[in-house]
Amino acid sequence: MPEVTLVDAINLALARALADDPNVVVFGDDVGVNGGVFRATAGLQQRFGVERVFDTPLSEALISGLCVGMAAQGLRPVGEIQFMGFLYPCIDQLVNHASRLRNRTQGRLSCPMVLRTPHGAGIRAPEHHSEATEAMLTHIPGLRVVIPSVPERAYGLLLAAIRDPDPVVFLEPTRIYRAVKGEVEDTGEALPLDVAFVVREGRDVTLISWGAMVKDTLEAADELAADGIDAEVIDLATLKPYDEQAILDSVAKTGRMCDRARGCAYRRIRR
Amino acid sequence: MADQDLPVIAKFAVRRRAYLAPDGSVLRELPDFAADQNLVVSLYRAMVLTRTFDLKAVSLQRTGRLGTYATSLGQEAVAVGIASAMQPEDALFPSYRDNAALLWRGVTMEEILLFWGGDERGSRWSGPTHDFPFCIPVGSQAPHAAGVAYAFKYRKESRVAVCILGDGATSKGDVSEAMNFAGVWKLPLVFVINNNQWAISVPLKLQTASQTLAQKAIAAGFSGEQVDGNDVIAVRAGVDAAIASARAGEGPRLIEAVTYRLSDHTTADDASRYRPAEEVKERWKEEPIVRLRTYLVGRMNWSKKEEEKVTGECEERVETAIKRYLAAPPRPPESMFDHLYARLPSAYAAQRKEIEDQNA
Repeated sequence: MPEVTLVDAINLALARALADDPNVVVFGDDVGVNGGVFRATAGLQQRFGVERVFDTPLSEALISGLCVGMAAQGLRPVGEIQFMGFLYPCIDQLVNHASRLRNRTQGRLSCPMVLRTPHGAGIRAPEHHSEATEAMLTHIPGLRVVIPSVPERAYGLLLAAIRDPDPVVFLEPTRIYRAVKGEVEDTGEALPLDVAFVVREGRDVTLISWGAMVKDTLEAADELAADGIDAEVIDLATLKPYDEQAILDSVAKTGRMCDRARGCAYRRIRR
Repeated sequence: MADQDLPVIAKFAVRRRAYLAPDGSVLRELPDFAADQNLVVSLYRAMVLTRTFDLKAVSLQRTGRLGTYATSLGQEAVAVGIASAMQPEDALFPSYRDNAALLWRGVTMEEILLFWGGDERGSRWSGPTHDFPFCIPVGSQAPHAAGVAYAFKYRKESRVAVCILGDGATSKGDVSEAMNFAGVWKLPLVFVINNNQWAISVPLKLQTASQTLAQKAIAAGFSGEQVDGNDVIAVRAGVDAAIASARAGEGPRLIEAVTYRLSDHTTADDASRYRPAEEVKERWKEEPIVRLRTYLVGRMNWSKKEEEKVTGECEERVETAIKRYLAAPPRPPESMFDHLYARLPSAYAAQRKEIEDQNA
């Protein structure tokens, strides 16, 4: 099986989704000819054409609003916001429209869209390129918030997000776009959303993490092991709605829990 | 060289369309459809129905049976003219004042009342299933219209998206962004600005220094036309032309329908606090229903009997709708979860059960 980086896995998933479903369209700032500032969409416009993979004018509110309209019309839009610090003009669309179009029309219209954006610090970039404000997004009912931590889950979760009948904000941990590699087979198989992944089994303490911090958390678990502490590590993966049962099951076993994530200390995510 | 000698590199024009003068007299050669008595009467009936419905809806609100309501008083020709120019397969993106357009497209008065009464069942309506619900956050439906128009174009369908906005909405970034994108991609999208001169208490001159709102299209690379929004023939003809152009693949157009909000903004507003009564009194002389009636009487022998029949039918339809609205059983509180997601995540299932148990 080929070893790929996390950003390559994103690219593979997008290509697979575009190839499998003519309703999938991918767009945002610089995603076309340039292939995205992080190269996540490299080669896609050349392969699938300018109507399916295109550059938008520089307007984030527009990108998210286009997703809502396209999704309601049966397309499967995948919009890209270049950095999480530029996501905030989309909040109106996410809160007032994307997350509640199904509810406010009582199921007449729905919003199967994905908004992708790089997440988190650690690449020696300025403030607005280093945001980790996922907690805010998890307070929006009707939305899903998903973040992978390894290439395999980037591929499987992004495919799941694109195929999901409801809106998903898909966060991509910038620090590990290229820093982690893993085997990904391009089978077109999605991973389940709303499900946490136990990435290290242990008896003494449950460590919960997501995104780039999963790698650090696993390293911390190794250090704890040297001290004779057997830590279990959970990659939450879907932050909203998160898998409470997986946490309860783990804590029932270990009796202790510690969560490690980026963002401010009062960062309570919300199921 | 003096600056005034520098070459002019671009010139633009904004045209204005009007057929019926405020007194009902004909200003210029009418479009063909204006000779179709059935059509003109249907436009008239739709405007009378809207005004009848609006008056009753306001009294429902005043008696505590409706949360709030935005009437179209004096602006009936705008939404009726727009909707009558659309095909059922076209998609409408209404702002909250476009009750008349929804009625024309088959949404029932009972459904509109449910919406204004805070019941989302009103937007699961009898009208076209692809039309968007009322948009309350001003202008935020414009990008949706662009997304839907993109889908129509992508699938090579001969359909047009029609987005209705108020004068205040032209100050919103969403609207500029959507117009800009529509221009770049030559989308089958018609923007109609219902310029009723007032965004709640803010007059147009505090909204923009633009000479017209129609010219906002020019910066986005397509044409804008002003129509007399109190002349339903002009609204219909202007929107007809814009839709035909968009359907033919020639890209977006913008229509600015100039009208006047004779009512308060909504039932929660008191326009007498900020608007002189004399101004409103003057504008009543230009209102669209009397204008079209004068045309009907003068050109189509519209009789008193026919007039009474229309008003009687409208009264009856409104009364029936109100009875149905008032008889609608309330939604069970736990149903708020039923359309939150396609499949309710377990995280919400417990909340739903809790509410269900409390109300059992």
